[in-house]
Amino acid sequence: MSALRPARALRNPAVWQGALSLAALFALWQAAGTLRVGSFGDIPTPMDVGRALLEAAGTAKYWLNWAVSSKRVALGFLAGTLLGVPVGLALGMSRTMHGIVFPVMETLRPVPPLAWVPLSILFWPTLELSITFVIFLGAFFAVALNVLGGVAAIEPSFLRAALSMGAQPRHIFWRIVLPATIPAIVTGMALGMGLTWEIVVAAEMIAGKTGLGYLAWEGFVNGSLVSILVAMVSIGVAGFLSCGLIWALGHKATPWLKRTG
Amino acid sequence: MCIRSVGKVYDPEGDQVVALQGIDLEIASGEFCAIVGPSGCGKTTLLSILAGFDTPTSGHITMDGEILAGPGRRLSPGADRIVVFQQGALFPWKTVLWNVTCGPVLQGRLPRDRAEAGARELLARVGLEGIEDQYPGELSAGMRRRVEIVRALLNDPKVLLLDEPYRALDALTKSVMHECLLELYDLTRKTVFFVTHDLEEAIFLADRVVAMTSRPGRIKKIIPIDLPRPRDYRVVSSAHFGRLKQEAVDAIHEEALKAFEAGERELAQ
Amino acid sequence: MTAPRTWQMALGFGLFFGLWYLATAVLALPRFERIPDPLEVLLQWVSRNPTYGFSIFTPDYYKHIGYSVYRAYTAFVLAVALGVPLGLIMGWSPLFRRFTFPVVELIRPIPPLAWVPFAILLLPGTEQAVIFVTFIAAFFATVLNSFLGVRSIDPVYFRAAQCLGFRSREVFVHVVVPGALPFVFTGLQLAMGLSWFALVAGEMISGRHGLGFMIFEGYSLAQYPNIIIFMVTLGLLGYASSAGVRILGRRLMVWRERQLGGAAA
Repeated sequence: MSALRPARALRNPAVWQGALSLAALFALWQAAGTLRVGSFGDIPTPMDVGRALLEAAGTAKYWLNWAVSSKRVALGFLAGTLLGVPVGLALGMSRTMHGIVFPVMETLRPVPPLAWVPLSILFWPTLELSITFVIFLGAFFAVALNVLGGVAAIEPSFLRAALSMGAQPRHIFWRIVLPATIPAIVTGMALGMGLTWEIVVAAEMIAGKTGLGYLAWEGFVNGSLVSILVAMVSIGVAGFLSCGLIWALGHKATPWLKRTG
Repeated sequence: MCIRSVGKVYDPEGDQVVALQGIDLEIASGEFCAIVGPSGCGKTTLLSILAGFDTPTSGHITMDGEILAGPGRRLSPGADRIVVFQQGALFPWKTVLWNVTCGPVLQGRLPRDRAEAGARELLARVGLEGIEDQYPGELSAGMRRRVEIVRALLNDPKVLLLDEPYRALDALTKSVMHECLLELYDLTRKTVFFVTHDLEEAIFLADRVVAMTSRPGRIKKIIPIDLPRPRDYRVVSSAHFGRLKQEAVDAIHEEALKAFEAGERELAQ
Repeated sequence: MTAPRTWQMALGFGLFFGLWYLATAVLALPRFERIPDPLEVLLQWVSRNPTYGFSIFTPDYYKHIGYSVYRAYTAFVLAVALGVPLGLIMGWSPLFRRFTFPVVELIRPIPPLAWVPFAILLLPGTEQAVIFVTFIAAFFATVLNSFLGVRSIDPVYFRAAQCLGFRSREVFVHVVVPGALPFVFTGLQLAMGLSWFALVAGEMISGRHGLGFMIFEGYSLAQYPNIIIFMVTLGLLGYASSAGVRILGRRLMVWRERQLGGAAA
């Protein structure tokens, strides 16, 4: 809305002060780099990074790295969500399931996903599958635990109201539990999405031969800070876009929630 | 305290909403003045202006002959006008004793031990001995309301601004709260500015009831309440109370109807 | 109530370890042949003379724990010391918020682990690089939650404080800090988890010591039981750290505990 009315947006102090602060940040960075203040002489300036980014964007190899990382994230994330949602719902609805499975999950959860990389490589036949599996683990735990929390937080009066109106268990599931859990599913998916980009980057650095994480690693091996920064910016953009996509889908799926901001 | 032709116009996106228009009201020192009106009539806005959270767009407010607020000039909120908020504002992370004594102690008006002694005495007077070290979350809603009044009084303000403080309480608790408030009022004789939408509550408590209209918020009628003090709950069933109430209902009802038709419905609590 | 719970828990763990044992040691299913079986791992872990050099009786085991704990906690403490005040002030002062928030939001989407190569190249040693990356991971969770904590405080408390004549410093100490504390501690718990998360990656990529390094070392040297031993150790440390933060939070927020207890009764 503010984008449609630039004049109004500019009068808003939050907008111009924010823009001012970002502009100042880049200007200082550029100046410090150009004037070679302290160790800033070694760090590429925003102009350098921008130029290198444009250059990279003209090569097929750069976009191939995007595609490879995105594919890994998409597969691992999809698998994690497809399994995480039903598991979270099942644990939330059945006390017995919760009693049997939850303690095991809670025991596994504190082990950081990346600690699974070597074991995953031992297990899966290809490197591609190993990386995807670790991504899957990260997404699965984030989604399942959020969904579980969402089911537990359902207002008991909704369930009572449904029961008093003679609802069948399957109605309760489809009409109440599932819709009431959608916000938690969305939150879990967004968290999981953020996490998957973290994991894919690290996994590609540890074990990859392609992808945006490997791009950063390659920059390191060649001692090129510019390439590293190009990779970092790309990864940031990728993570930002995919989380934004999840939130946008989430908003579409929950029209009854109030919009803020 | 004197309110002179105060008005407030909200102008968020170009279309003006007149919340208050030409409010003239003089409140004598030590007077208990109640403002009643349908929701959305601007009574809370008026209280916010008096408290210093909001600026009037016209008119001004004087206290003891001194102009305190006008267009573009806001009263700064301070301990001379303590507000008791609708939803309650005891700091949940502090004990009752800290909550009650923080005003005078932090302003440096009283040493801590004197403030605490005063607090214990006032708390005991409203039937709340021995809760000093508890947290507000451990108390019932009625107890929290009393603690809040005690906190306000311990600051020794010139004016008490009460913003529908008993709105969320059940009828029984409410009547106990009323007697407790009146007892404290008779004891201290502070100026009280009491905002409510409950007519009976207003008549039972106040020296004067100011009935307001909605959209724009204006004063419709001022009804002096000549019920003798000290009052107790029996006064509510007296014939005189009934006549006063009828008078107020006549003034308010038309407004309530208008407000209702305009779609202004009280949000279910 | 407790009896079926315990029973179910036992069943859950029994199934987990039973299937694991079955798949690896008994049936030696395809793809599981290189996965160590749970009994072997346990025996190695408590052995006085472990085949692969690490058990609870070897000093080297504790040396690596020491490295990781030192790194995770240094980063965590730094993140808290800088992140909590920054977040609180950002939430409290609109002017400060307008200038700093966009910068924070600009840098935040870059995953902490993407900083690894940058940090190694720029900082004097890998030790600092690993701590720096761990710090970044914990820092943003801390800042953001402290910020949200202040924003979550009902404005009525600020108004009440004004009425009661609080000065700015007193508003900060008595309203902003305690009011934001529940969120701050949510942030600290998250930050603790993220610290361990990032630390493992940092150690795997660039470490010479520490649990993450040893997990990878176990893979490189084909000492497979060590992978699991160090994974479990990592899980235990991560869990204990989070529990510590949670307990500290409860201690500091007695008012909340009592309130919740009262509501339940």
